[in-house]
Amino acid sequence: MEQKYSPSELLICLASRVMEDGTTAFIGTGIPMLAASLAQKMQAPNLVPIFEFGGTGAILEKLPLAVGDMRTYNKGIAASGICDIMETSQRGFVEFGFLGGAQIDCYGNLNSTVIGDHKNPKVRLPGSGGGNDVGSSCWRTIAIMIHDKRRFVEKIDFLTTPGFLTGPGAREEAGLPKDTGPYRVVTNLCIMGYDDESKKMKLLSVNPGVTVEQVIENTGFELLVADEVANNSHPTEEELRILREEIDPDGLYR
Amino acid sequence: MNQNLKNIPIIEEGEGPLIQPIDLDGFREHNRKKSKALIDKTMSEKEAIDKFVKSGDYIGFELYGTVRCPMTLARELVRSGKRNFRIVGQGVHELDLLFAADMVREIDFTYIGLEVYGISANMRRAVESGSITKLVEWSNAALTWRFKAASMGIPFIPTRSMLGTDTLKKSAAKVVECPFTGQKVALLPALIVDVAFIHVNRADKHGNCQIDGISGFAFEMARACKTLIISAEKIVDTKEIREHPDKTIIPYYLVDAVVHAPYGSWPGEMSGMYERDEPHYKSFVEKQKKKDTMDAYMKEWVYDLPDHKALVDKVGKNKLEELTIKEA
Repeated sequence: MEQKYSPSELLICLASRVMEDGTTAFIGTGIPMLAASLAQKMQAPNLVPIFEFGGTGAILEKLPLAVGDMRTYNKGIAASGICDIMETSQRGFVEFGFLGGAQIDCYGNLNSTVIGDHKNPKVRLPGSGGGNDVGSSCWRTIAIMIHDKRRFVEKIDFLTTPGFLTGPGAREEAGLPKDTGPYRVVTNLCIMGYDDESKKMKLLSVNPGVTVEQVIENTGFELLVADEVANNSHPTEEELRILREEIDPDGLYR
Repeated sequence: MNQNLKNIPIIEEGEGPLIQPIDLDGFREHNRKKSKALIDKTMSEKEAIDKFVKSGDYIGFELYGTVRCPMTLARELVRSGKRNFRIVGQGVHELDLLFAADMVREIDFTYIGLEVYGISANMRRAVESGSITKLVEWSNAALTWRFKAASMGIPFIPTRSMLGTDTLKKSAAKVVECPFTGQKVALLPALIVDVAFIHVNRADKHGNCQIDGISGFAFEMARACKTLIISAEKIVDTKEIREHPDKTIIPYYLVDAVVHAPYGSWPGEMSGMYERDEPHYKSFVEKQKKKDTMDAYMKEWVYDLPDHKALVDKVGKNKLEELTIKEA
C-alpha cells in the first residue's frame, strides 16, 4: 500500500533516481537541491554536487536556499568561485546538469528570460543565470518541469538556454561542444528523453496513474512516444521518510 | 585556414549595446595613479559613498542572492540620492533596494530573482515599466569571464557559452571562427566597473581582504574595477592578515575604502559567521510584491535609519545573537 504524496514530492523522487553515484552534477536552486540530497542518501552516496558559485562536493544535510549559501559547500571538497566551476564545466568535467525554465520546446531549448517581447515584456523573468552555461557545456542536461501546455510549447518566446537548438547537428554548427545536450525531462506527469535521430522529445515513461494520452494533451507540440512506455513507480516509504524527516522537515516543498 | 587572414570576420553579433566602454589604456593609467602606499583607508559608509560614487557610474555588487551581500553599502547608496546607475545584474538583494528607489537605468543582466522565493517584483516593475532604458543579456559565466578579461588587462575573452541562443542575440558578444582551430567561439568584451562593492569577512585598515567559504566572483571583480569599496565584518591587525597570506583574495592596492560593517550582509548570511534572517527575509518577500508595501519597507529599513549602527540597533542584539553561528 503506497503512501500519499504531493506532486512535488513525486518530482523530487523521480529526479533523484536519475542521479548516478560517482558522478558530478550541476545543482540549481529548488527541486534539484532536494533531489540531489535524496540521491546522496539513497543510491548515490558519492554524488558530487556542483554549485555555480563555488561549492563542490557538499554533503547536503540541510536544504540550501540559495546557490551560494553555506550549505552548498557543507563538509564539501572545495569552496572556490564561479570561474573555477564554469571553467571546469567548459573543459568537460561536469557530467549532469539540472535545469528549469518557464518554457521548453521539442528540442529541449529553455526560456527563463522573458514572456512576450524582449523589448516590451509581458513578464520579465529572472534571466539565464548559470542556466545557459550549464546547457552549453555540461555533458547531459536534465530539465525539471511542471507539465502543461503553457510550458511545453511549439515555440518558446526566448531561447535562453540551448537544447538541441533547431535539431540534429545544430549545436555543433553553433560551436557548442561536441556530444553535449539534453538528456531527460522529468515532470509531474512523466519522464521524457530525446529521439537519437531527430533530437525531438520522446515520452519514455509515465508517472503512477498518468496515461500516455494525458501527457500528449498537456504538451503543446507533437510528442514522440517510445514503442513501449514504461511505468514510473510511486515514491517509496523510505524516500518519503528521508524527504520529510531529514531533508525538508519544514515542508517547504510538500 | 587562411594564413593571410588580416581581419577575423564576425559571423554573428549580439544587438545589445556595450553599456560600459572598454578602455584598457585608461584602466592601466588609472591603476598606475592609484596609491600603492599602505595608508589607512577606513571610513564610514557615508564618507565612502560620498567620496567615491557619482550618479551615472557603472557599478557592481558581489556576491549573490542573500549571501555575503554588501547591504550596508547598498543602503547608504540608496540614502545618498545618487542615481542613473548602470549595473551588473548579478546580485540580488542589493538590487531590490536600488530598483525600489528607481536608481537603475541600464543593466548587463544575467540573473535577478529571489531564488526559491521566485521572481523579484522590484525588478519586474523596473523592467516592465520601461524605467530601465538598456538591458543586455549574458550568462552568469559570461559576466564573470568579462571581469576576468578586464582583470587580465585584455579586451575580450573567447568562450563556448551563449552560442546558438537568443541570450547571445541580445548580448554584446560577437561570434568568430577561432584563428587557430576554426571552431566558432563567442567573444566576450572586457568589463571594467567604475565602482565595485564587496563585503568580506575580515580586512585590515589598508584594505587587505580575506573571505571565508566560496569566493564567488570577488577575485575577478576586485581586479576589474577602478574603485573598490569594501565593507568588512571585522577590521583586523595587518599581523593577522600576514599570518594567513594564502587567504588574502583582495590585496590592499585594489581597495579605496574600508568600511567596518558587522552584520553587513544582514538580512543575508555571512559564511561561518551568521545565518540568513529567514523571518525578516520572508516578510520582505511578501512586501516587495506590491509597490506601496515595498515603499513602506524602504522607509522603515533604509530611509529612516541614518547609518549602519542604527540598523544594527533596530534589528536588535537578541536577533543578531540568535543568527550568529556558534563555534563548534
